[in-house]
Amino acid sequence: MTKNSASAGALTPSTPARRISSYLYQHGKARLRLLLAAPLFWLSLVYIAALLMLLVTAFWSVDEFTGNTKVDWKLDNIISLFTDPLYIKVTLRTIGVALAVTIVDVLLALPIAFFMSKIAGPKLRNILAISVLLPLWASYLVKAYAWRSVLSNTGVLEWLLKPLGLETPGYSLFGASLTLGYMWLPYVILPIYGGLEKVPSNLLEASSDLGAGTFTTVRRVIFPLVLPSIIAGSIFAFSLSLGDYITINIVGGANQMLGNLIYTNVGTANNLPMAAALALIPIAIMFVYLGAVKRTGALDSL
Amino acid sequence: MKLNKAKGLVAVAAVSLLLSGCSTAGNTTGGTMLDKLGKNEGTLTLLGWPGYAEDGSNDPAVDWVTPFEKQTGCQVTFKSYGTSDEALSLFKTGQYDAIAASGDATLRLIAGGYVQPLNTSLIPSYKDVYSFLKDRAWNTVDGKSYGVPHGYGANLLMYNTDVVKPAPTSWDVVFDKASAYKGKVTAYDSPIYIADAALYLMKHNPELGIKNPYALDTKQLAAATDLLKAQRANIGEYWSDYLKSIQSFETGNSVVGTTWQVIKNSMSAKSHVEAILPSEGATGWSDSWMISSTSKHVNCAYQWLNYIDTPKANAAATEYFGEAPVTQAACDYSSDKNFCASYHAGDEAYAAQIWYWTTPISKCVDGRTDVKCTDYTAWTKAWQDIKG
Repeated sequence: MTKNSASAGALTPSTPARRISSYLYQHGKARLRLLLAAPLFWLSLVYIAALLMLLVTAFWSVDEFTGNTKVDWKLDNIISLFTDPLYIKVTLRTIGVALAVTIVDVLLALPIAFFMSKIAGPKLRNILAISVLLPLWASYLVKAYAWRSVLSNTGVLEWLLKPLGLETPGYSLFGASLTLGYMWLPYVILPIYGGLEKVPSNLLEASSDLGAGTFTTVRRVIFPLVLPSIIAGSIFAFSLSLGDYITINIVGGANQMLGNLIYTNVGTANNLPMAAALALIPIAIMFVYLGAVKRTGALDSL
Repeated sequence: MKLNKAKGLVAVAAVSLLLSGCSTAGNTTGGTMLDKLGKNEGTLTLLGWPGYAEDGSNDPAVDWVTPFEKQTGCQVTFKSYGTSDEALSLFKTGQYDAIAASGDATLRLIAGGYVQPLNTSLIPSYKDVYSFLKDRAWNTVDGKSYGVPHGYGANLLMYNTDVVKPAPTSWDVVFDKASAYKGKVTAYDSPIYIADAALYLMKHNPELGIKNPYALDTKQLAAATDLLKAQRANIGEYWSDYLKSIQSFETGNSVVGTTWQVIKNSMSAKSHVEAILPSEGATGWSDSWMISSTSKHVNCAYQWLNYIDTPKANAAATEYFGEAPVTQAACDYSSDKNFCASYHAGDEAYAAQIWYWTTPISKCVDGRTDVKCTDYTAWTKAWQDIKG
């Protein structure tokens, strides 16, 4: 202790830590490299390399006799993605569900986020923010099984809808979209709420002072300003739905989505190359989606 | 029989698949048979369905592993798996000394050379095993035994007695007459379920010439696929998780479909369901313990194979899981006196109507040599097409 404080008090300290620190102070580039080493290592090796491995596996095949993956370069798996009616049908179904979930979530999130950011007082706002986040504390599986009971023939939904002469959608694509919509709603509300927070309230007042009605204000002032946030939210809802296979298994009835096909190819069929090829579909769809988003310029203002 | 326990295991399966994919091609020999037992090695690593080797850590009252460890000095490590396919990829890593495998995996293990032929004279308890479980297509190849039975059961037809009238006696309620219960029919979610359709066709469409539901040529598989595609329109949901099946029968979301005895026994008393063995017979499972061809603890593994078929251990294991034991003597040790009766243990006439899960392979298991049969890979693709 005394020794340490003595050396710290000295004019030219030379403990190893000090020396490293002064070296780094003088060499800005080395400092930057060290700082970025860990995240870059993660990004390049764990993230990108794993994806590349996946891409490569898609061109391999499975030895029929031993069931082992065989390294031979063929396009068969990729071609079958475009020619096999099963894969085309399931891809279209998956995109349909993901789009439906995204649209419904955005439509639900907009008014909630608007109320939270512009109308509610600080206290109510906090309560609302907590309520939006609260479902995230429960496990994904618990929520899916909860919806399984909600959607069942003896569930809450049936009980609510029966007096209206309706019945529960049951375990179906509709039921699965409903459940997915519930699961991803917080991820859509939060970015839109953040975006709306940044819109100055006096812009809305100015708009109405200049004679714009509510809808004109929404369309010409609010919407363009929060579009990047809406897109950020939609990326969450869309990509998460695209890859889902557990919810569809629990509440989707007999339907399968892309995730289920990948799952059976890994688990049941022991066909890793085909699973890898199928996994390329969501990746390709997301690339197209992000490309389209980029063209609108929404990413620039994120 | 497949407690679809943890989706997280998928990750493990995926990793092990990846590893097995990178390793060299599987050995095709199959190991040599042991001619005499030596000293126990002290440790044993087992792989099996959940509930096949309980040491009291899940439920202190359920423990048949500790007595074995005391008896033999073999310290047991057990890992459970969720599906036959997962079992296969785990076992291929070579980390396990023995595996309890269902018939839809055993032939793949034997053909891949991952398990060794057994010298059954070194397994004293084997002689008391029901004869109808020995020397069958799923545990014996070329006269060599590769596994000792653990327990068996049938895939039964369950129906809701309030809705399904008159009471069915045939599988036709889930096939040709399924449209009466559109959206409320359920079926087992696995390629092996194709055998259920093949069994139905075997009895009702003899012109197809199906002699064994696990030996289908291309034309026969197409016929079974068509039947299942027609059934698909009436399916409410497929199940592989038995808790999911119990729930959907209790809520009335499913009213008719495939089930296991254990599911019927777990249903609450107020749910009006019945489970029967239909007139066509049924598919079923008979699980076998097999020893790895590369095991370094062969003596301990033999001790385990012997132990699991001794009456007390077999009764404990099969009663806990919910399937029939493999020896008559085990019935005396069950805690429920009706255990053997309710699972039809030893009922040979009942057992004869069960077509036990057998891996479909290209060499027809019904003995035909003039055609090539469709293998499990073809069944898997067909199953994906059926689900659509």
